[in-house]
Amino acid sequence: MRATWWLRNPRYFLFMVREFSSVFVAAFLVLFLLQIRGLRAGAEVYQEYLERLHEPGWIAFHAVAFLFAMYHSLTWFDLTSKIQVVRLGRTVVNRRIVAGLNILAWLVVSGGIFLYWTRG
Amino acid sequence: MKASTSRSTIKLEVTRYRPSVDSEPHDQSYEIPCTDDMVVLDALNYIKDRVDGTLSFRWSCHMGVCGSCGVMVNGQPKLSCAIFLRDYKREPIHIEPLTNFPIIRDLVTDITDFMTKLKAVKPWIIRKKEKPLSEGEYRQSAEELERYHQFSGCINCMLCYSACPVYGLHPGFLGPAAAALAYRYNLDSRDQGNDERQPAIASQEGIWECTFVGECTVVCPKDVDPAAALQRSKVATAQSLLGSFILPRASGKSATEGSS
Repeated sequence: MRATWWLRNPRYFLFMVREFSSVFVAAFLVLFLLQIRGLRAGAEVYQEYLERLHEPGWIAFHAVAFLFAMYHSLTWFDLTSKIQVVRLGRTVVNRRIVAGLNILAWLVVSGGIFLYWTRG
Repeated sequence: MKASTSRSTIKLEVTRYRPSVDSEPHDQSYEIPCTDDMVVLDALNYIKDRVDGTLSFRWSCHMGVCGSCGVMVNGQPKLSCAIFLRDYKREPIHIEPLTNFPIIRDLVTDITDFMTKLKAVKPWIIRKKEKPLSEGEYRQSAEELERYHQFSGCINCMLCYSACPVYGLHPGFLGPAAAALAYRYNLDSRDQGNDERQPAIASQEGIWECTFVGECTVVCPKDVDPAAALQRSKVATAQSLLGSFILPRASGKSATEGSS
């Protein structure tokens, strides 16, 4: 198989985008761990770290990482609904409904955490 | 409603490879009469019967049941008996042998690897001990049938293997159809062969090789959804493994359908 196999079919390409999105998710988590380490190192080091995050390059990275994380999460919920069979009595619940409810629960939990964080 | 075409002839480019004559596969062009009700297999048969009798390809039922006539049509794996010429607007239509399989001759591929893998998962009902005929048949409720019914539609056409990049990159991979059939029998309430299938399913080159590209499900002409079967097999195998740690002496049917 040629190394460019993933370019010959749009679904292969989207699969590779999804795989590639993991790199950004992992990079964000590494940065988050560094942030925690900065917090442990003291207020001055942490403040320096936060100021560095305001640089345009880091803002751009976070914007791109956010888009990839959203793509990864939404496709993850979509794929999960193919695996998870939900039954109500004898009826199998449509997988679109399962995916939709999973995404809704994810948004509610994320919104709750965001509100808790912003309101202190 | 299907598209209609007024063209009276159609151009095809068909892969030719005769090992005694050709050093490698090459395309050969044909222009043949075309009608709206012709499928790709009809075109191949027209060439074989009236234009070039040396063209080789597999087919049998001409009704999407036997699974023998799989070819690549414009780069997509299709059953040649189930795809109309009228649906292809651009000419020539490229017809090639299924990818990911060695070519024996023209459109005929070597399916030995698939047959070996199919046999390895033992796609038949296994009983630890058969009951005598006098006790009657093994009964099954409609609900028990419904659990595996979708996965029992596989016709072994191998379009899913052709569409699977994981199989293309790692030919040792068990592959979608064999995994789906293994899962089908593991879900069957009459079957007790889960443990016998596990070595093939849960091996290094079994279900864990699958990265869930999902193209196998897209190309499946029988809506079997091998991708779902593979992922649910992973869940069932993981649950079985976890269960063996928690309750090492417990036994029973470990396949689930990922229900919640």
